[in-house]
Amino acid sequence: MKWDWSAVADFMPYFWDGLLVTLQILVLGSLISFALGLVWALLMRVPTRWVTWPVGAVTEFVRNTPLLVQLFFLFYVLPEWGITFSALTTGVFAIGLHYSTYTMQVYRAGIEAVPVGQWEAATALNLPLRRTWTAVILPQAVRRVVPALGNYVISMLKDTPLLMAITVLEMLGEARLFAQQQFQFTEPLTVIGFAFIVISYLASLALRALERRLVH
Amino acid sequence: MSTDTHAPFEKDPGSPRGTGELIRLEKVTKRFGDHTVLDNLDFSVDTGKHVTLIGPSGSGKTTILRLLMTLLKPDEGTITVDGDRLFPASEKQVREVRKKIGMVFQQFNLFPNMTVLRNITEAPVTVLGMSKDAAEERARELLEMVGLSEHIDKHPAQLSGGQQQRVAIARALAMRPQVLLLDEVTSALDPELVAGVLDVLRDIARSTDITMLCVTHEMNFARDISDQVLMFDSGRIIEAGPPEKIFSEPEHDRTREFLSAVL
Ligand SMILES: Nc1ncnc2c1ncn2[C@@H]1O[C@H](COP(=O)(O)OP(=O)(O)O)[C@@H](O)[C@H]1O
Ligand SMILES: [Mg+2]
Repeated sequence: MKWDWSAVADFMPYFWDGLLVTLQILVLGSLISFALGLVWALLMRVPTRWVTWPVGAVTEFVRNTPLLVQLFFLFYVLPEWGITFSALTTGVFAIGLHYSTYTMQVYRAGIEAVPVGQWEAATALNLPLRRTWTAVILPQAVRRVVPALGNYVISMLKDTPLLMAITVLEMLGEARLFAQQQFQFTEPLTVIGFAFIVISYLASLALRALERRLVH
Repeated sequence: MSTDTHAPFEKDPGSPRGTGELIRLEKVTKRFGDHTVLDNLDFSVDTGKHVTLIGPSGSGKTTILRLLMTLLKPDEGTITVDGDRLFPASEKQVREVRKKIGMVFQQFNLFPNMTVLRNITEAPVTVLGMSKDAAEERARELLEMVGLSEHIDKHPAQLSGGQQQRVAIARALAMRPQVLLLDEVTSALDPELVAGVLDVLRDIARSTDITMLCVTHEMNFARDISDQVLMFDSGRIIEAGPPEKIFSEPEHDRTREFLSAVL
């Protein structure tokens, strides 16, 4: 086996395409998981079982079934019901939804970690419930959970190749296609391997910077 | 509301009530599980009075303050403040009546995500609908009164415990409550910081007509500021009177034992 720089050069145009798709999945998937996870966490605090039971059941189900199964389900079953999205849209939604069932647990822990004295001070000052959440509880909870959310961003990055299964050409998809056509596996796979490491390193730097900004 | 233009702690002169009984608890019972903490308690406080609650740990002092702040609900009985029901009452009415009450906690409970200034202006702006400028103006006056003007833009974590507690006092006063509830506000402080906080409270007791309900183990402070001292034991008031009497010639053995233990 020998290393062929010209294969690297040939692969690069496809690599950039794949990188762009991977980053799209990661950024949009993360944003969906951050937002949806917060929604789940807040719904789980609504003081009626009519809300907490269905939300708890659905999120438990999504968390405990494989992402790959969910991708197939959304990509092949939904169109049978007349709901169609592009493969990328479906993939981004699926990965965001899947990870939201993890981030909800992170938020829950963050919310529970806010001392009860903060709620009591808000009551003593007569702050409305909404304002207590938005001005007192959530800012403190979110600050606490940024590192844990960051870990899920890195995990999500490592799950993005699963979208290849529903025809999304992210980095691995591009590499595989190139390899199959050129019979050169080493170069494209090595390139994207490094790319994964670089992305997760940069993402962790960005998250640490965010963390430092939040911890005032 | 015209209240923003008054000096830091002048009482609203337009109040139609303002004299006589301000707080009344009637036949109030509070249980935690099958542990009855307050049993059929009757108790009232007149407007402008400074009442100190003393008694051994676990005798129910904190519970009374928390009931008044609506952090707890009684199991039975009624609670009125300034003639209005606080319990039993609708959520809407509770919100109205609660405006008359402020509380300072043992652990300060400042909002760590806000500056000192925001801590003080948050509730006046969002609850009382004060303008931001008026609220900040008042916050400055209050911070000057508690001696912390130069810390206005800091966050609570940058302050000592004693400074945080003085901010918490300013925060409570910013809402212009008629009653200030103080639950062992110096117990969490290093000894050298206690005096600064007590001086601020003495100042408030002397120069305002705010009603104070105070749980403390600082007996000299209690003697200085109190109009009345209530001795609690097992959820009942076993002795009540002016401080000179309670501290110098207590009638009850339990009071004598308690005082000799803390003094
Ligand atoms: N949230 C609670 N759950 C169960 N028991 C409690 C709770 N809060 C207070 N108690 C009990 O109620 C009693 C009175 O407590 P408290 O009012 O805090 O007394 P004090 O302030 O006089 O020390 C104590 O026996 C305490 O253990
Ligand atoms: Mg107590």
